[in-house]
Amino acid sequence: MTQQESTYSVSGNTNSELLPKDFVTDQEIRWCPGCGDYSILKQVQTVMPELGLKREDIVFISGIGCSSRFPYYMETFGMHSIHGRATAIASGLKATRPELSVWIVTGDGDALSIGGNHLIHLLRRNFDVNILLFNNEIYGLTKGQYSPTSPVGKVAKSTPLGSIAHPFNPLALCMGADATFIARTMDRDPVHLREILKQGNQHKGTSLIEIYQNCNVFNDGAFEVFTEKGTKKINTLFLEHSKPLVFGENGNMGIKLDGLKPIVVKLSDVSMNDLWVHDQADQIKATILTRFFNKPSAENPLPRPFGVFYKEDRFCYEDAMNKQIEDDIKNKGNGNLDELIEGKNSWTIK
Amino acid sequence: MSATVEIKTNVVILFAGDSGDGIQLTGSQFTGTSALYGNDISTFPNFPAEIRAPQGTTAGVSGFQVHFGSVEIFTAGDVCDVLVVMNAAALKANLQQLKPGGIIIANIDGFDVKNLKLAKYPTAVNPLLDDSLRGYEVYQIDVTKITRTALSKSGLGTKEMDRSKNMFVLGYLYWLYNRSLENTIEFLKLKFKKRPELIEANISVLKAGYNYGDTIEAPMVRFDVKPAPVEKGVYRNIMGNQATALGLIAAAQKSGLTLFYGTYPITPASDILHELSKHKNFGVKTFQAEDEIAAITSAIGASFGGSLAVTASSGPGIALKGEAIGLALMLELPLLILNVQRGGPSTGLPTKTEQADLLQAFYGRNGESPVPIIASYSPSDCFNTVFEACRIALEFMTPVFFLSDGYIANGSEPWKFPKAEELQDLTISFAKNKLKTGEKFLPYKRNEKLVREWAIPGTKGLEHRLGGIEKENETGNISYDPQNHELMVKIRQEKVDKIADFIPLQLIDNGNAKGKLLILGWGSTYGSIKTAVKMCIAAGYDVSHAHLKYLNPFPRNLGTILSNFETILIPEINNGQLIKVIRDKFMVDAKGLNKIQGMPFTSIEIQKKIKEVLK
Repeated sequence: MTQQESTYSVSGNTNSELLPKDFVTDQEIRWCPGCGDYSILKQVQTVMPELGLKREDIVFISGIGCSSRFPYYMETFGMHSIHGRATAIASGLKATRPELSVWIVTGDGDALSIGGNHLIHLLRRNFDVNILLFNNEIYGLTKGQYSPTSPVGKVAKSTPLGSIAHPFNPLALCMGADATFIARTMDRDPVHLREILKQGNQHKGTSLIEIYQNCNVFNDGAFEVFTEKGTKKINTLFLEHSKPLVFGENGNMGIKLDGLKPIVVKLSDVSMNDLWVHDQADQIKATILTRFFNKPSAENPLPRPFGVFYKEDRFCYEDAMNKQIEDDIKNKGNGNLDELIEGKNSWTIK
Repeated sequence: MSATVEIKTNVVILFAGDSGDGIQLTGSQFTGTSALYGNDISTFPNFPAEIRAPQGTTAGVSGFQVHFGSVEIFTAGDVCDVLVVMNAAALKANLQQLKPGGIIIANIDGFDVKNLKLAKYPTAVNPLLDDSLRGYEVYQIDVTKITRTALSKSGLGTKEMDRSKNMFVLGYLYWLYNRSLENTIEFLKLKFKKRPELIEANISVLKAGYNYGDTIEAPMVRFDVKPAPVEKGVYRNIMGNQATALGLIAAAQKSGLTLFYGTYPITPASDILHELSKHKNFGVKTFQAEDEIAAITSAIGASFGGSLAVTASSGPGIALKGEAIGLALMLELPLLILNVQRGGPSTGLPTKTEQADLLQAFYGRNGESPVPIIASYSPSDCFNTVFEACRIALEFMTPVFFLSDGYIANGSEPWKFPKAEELQDLTISFAKNKLKTGEKFLPYKRNEKLVREWAIPGTKGLEHRLGGIEKENETGNISYDPQNHELMVKIRQEKVDKIADFIPLQLIDNGNAKGKLLILGWGSTYGSIKTAVKMCIAAGYDVSHAHLKYLNPFPRNLGTILSNFETILIPEINNGQLIKVIRDKFMVDAKGLNKIQGMPFTSIEIQKKIKEVLK
C-alpha cells in the first residue's frame, strides 16, 4: 500500500483520530540532508492533529525559497506560489474563506526582502493566519547569497569582501508594523517549537513566529551559540508569561529594568522580586525585548529571547470586512440586481 | 425679444474650464438631462492628470464633450458646434475643436489681464476684443458678476458664490436647448442634502442662467434636438467603468460566487473600485491592497478559495502583475484581469486614452503563457463584455484579460439594459469529495475541454498542492521532466485555443461580407469606425466593418472573413499592435491607420483614410 492510499483511508475517519503521519505526503523531500527544515516539518506534522482542525480546512501557502517547498510535504491544501507573495495570497484567501486555518511558510529572503511590503501590511491588517518565518540568514535555494538578516561582514557568494548592508531585526520590524502576536523559536528545540506553534495557532489574529533555522550548507552554525548545549543557556532567554526574566547556567542570571534600560544581573546580587516580569500584553516592554539583539560577542551582551514576546487582541480584517457587508445588508437589504442595473435615472422609450 | 427656434439633428457641446470649475459635473448634468429627454448620446471627458493643475493655464484645462442627437450617435463628435469656455486658457486649448461658424459662450471674467497672461496670450491681446473670433458666433457673458448678483442675499462668501458659476452656464445651456431644469434640481437636492443653503444657492443660479436667456436683449436662436428614434425599451445613462462594475456584480450573482476585487488605485481604473465599494449589500468584497502585486495575488488566493476573483489596473500596474498572471495560468485558476488602458509607456499619459497594451496582454509575461483576451467597444458594452470574460474564466479555469480604455471608461452613453433573468446562468460546480468512490483526486486531470476541476479548501478528500513550478500532468506534483514540460506547455496552449469553439463567430458589423476594403477594429475605436463606414457606404464606397471583441483566441471564422476582402485596414490608437498579430496569424498584408495622441479617432480621420485606400 502506498503512503497516498493509507492517507486516504485514514481521512475517512473522524478528525480526532488523525495522526502525524496523516499529514505526510507521498512526495520525496528535497531539502539537503541535515537541513533544519526537516525538524520544523516534523514538529508541524506532530502538532497538527492536536489543534482540533479538520485536515481539509488547513491550507499551507508559501512563496519561493527552500522553506517554501513546505506545502508539498503537508497532506493538506497547499500552494507553492511566487517569491514573496504568500502573505498576500493568504490575505485574499482568508478574506473570502475566514473559516479556514491558513499557514504561511516563508524565509528571511521571501518575507523580509522581496515580500517585505506584503508582510508589514498583513501584520497591520491582522488577518487570522499563522506565519512561520524560517530565518537562516542566507539565500539557500539560489546557492548562498547574503540575505536581509545576514550580519554586516557576512562573506557570501555575492559579498566576497563581506556584506555592507545593515541587517533587519525581524521581530522589531514586525512590532513596528503593529503585529498582534510575535514569537521566536528554533529548529533545534522541538519541544519549544511545538509549544510556540500551538500558541500561535490559538491566537486570533496574525501570528508571526520567527524560527531560527540552520542552513548547514551555506550558513552552518549561524545560530549555534543559541542552539548548542555549551553556549545555549548563557546566550538565550526563554520567555514565559508572568515569570521573571531568568537565564544562564542553572538559572543564575536575570534581567532587571533600569528605567527603560535592560541590564543583566546575577541572582546572587539581586532579589528575584526586582527582576523584570514578562507580560505578553505589554507592547512597550515587548518592543524592548525585540531589541535584545546584539551579538553574544558584543560588550555586555543581552541574551537572545525565545518564546512569545507579545500578544494582543485586536480585530481581524476579515471579520471587519464581513461585518461591513452584514451591516450594509441590514441597512439596505440584500442587493437586488435588477434595481442595481437600472439605477436611479432610467427612462422609457415607447 | 423672443428667440427663434431652430431644429437640429445632432449637436456637439464642449464644456471647458479650469479643472476646479466643475466642468465634469456641468457636462454630466447636461448629459443626464438630455438622455432623460430621449436623445441618443455619447460623451468624452478630457481632464488633466493633476487634480488642481495650475489655475488659468492651458495645462489645467478640463473638458467635457457631449454629442447628443435625434439620430443614432456613435461617438462624442469630431468637432464641436458649441464651445463653452470659462477662461482664456480654455478657449486657447480648444478653439481648434470648434467648427467654422460655431458658437462660443465665454465667461468674460475669465478673460481679464491675469487670465490672458496665464493663457499666454501676447500682452494687450484679448481674443474677445480683437476680431480673431470673427468666424464664430461669440456670446460673452459676465458669469461671475451675474452669479454673485444672484447670490447677493444668500449670505455666502465670494469664494462659495463663485463655485456656483457652472450652474449659471448649465442653466443658460438648458435655455438654449430648451431643456427642463428638473433633473439637475433633483440632483442638487441630493448632493447638498447636508447643506440646504447650497441647494438654494445653486438652484437660484441655475434658474438665473435659464432666465438670462429669456431676458437678454440679443437676437438669439434657441435650438431643439428632438428625441432619437431609438429602439423601444427602458434606458439609463452609463459610463464604462460603472458598467464594468455592474457586470462583475451580475456575474457574481449569476454564478452564486462571492465577488473578490483586489486592486490598487490607478487612473483610469479606480472608478470601478469606487463603484463596487458602494455595493457591499451584494456581498462584494473589495480589497485595496498595498500594491499592484498584492492586488492580483490576493485575488489568486480568493480564487483558490472558490471566489469570483478580479484584479484591475492600467498598463503600468499590469506590468507589475505580470509574474502573478503567469502563476494564475500555471495554477489554472479562474481570474479576471481588467486593464483600463491609458497612454504609455511608463507613467505615460495617465488621463488620456490609448490602445497600446494589447501586445502586453498577449505577450507580457515570461515563458509560454497564453491568456484569453477580450475587449469591450463602448461604455455600455463593458457590462456584457466583462460578464463574458467572467464566463470564460470560470468555464475554462483560466486568467482572462478584459481590455477597456480611458475613452470607454469615462465616456458615457444611453444603455438599454437587460433584465437580470435574461443574463446567462454561470453556475459552476466545484470538485466533489471522491472518498466514497475510492477514486484518487488528481488536481490536473482534465475534461474534454482540457479544463481541470476547481477543488476548493474545505472539501474533504481533495487535499492537494498547487504551485508555480512545472507540474506533472494530472497529479500536479513537481516535475522537471523534459517531455512532461513540453506536454504541459502544449496542453496549456491548446486549452486556450479550444476556447474558440465556445465563443460566437465574428460578424460583419456593417457592409458586405465580400469586397474591396474591410476595416477591422477592436475596442474603443468602434464608434468612429462605425460612423465613418456608414458615411462612406452612403457615399457609394465598397467598404465593410468588422469589430473584434475576442482577441485571443480569435473567432474561428476570422481567417475566412479576412480572405474575402482585397484590403484590410486596421485603425488603432497605438503604433500598430493588432496588425502585428493579424499579420502573424493570417499572413495578411493588412494596412494600419494609427493615431497616438491620447485621443480617440475622429470619424473624419477614418473616412479620409478609407477614401485614400479606395482611390
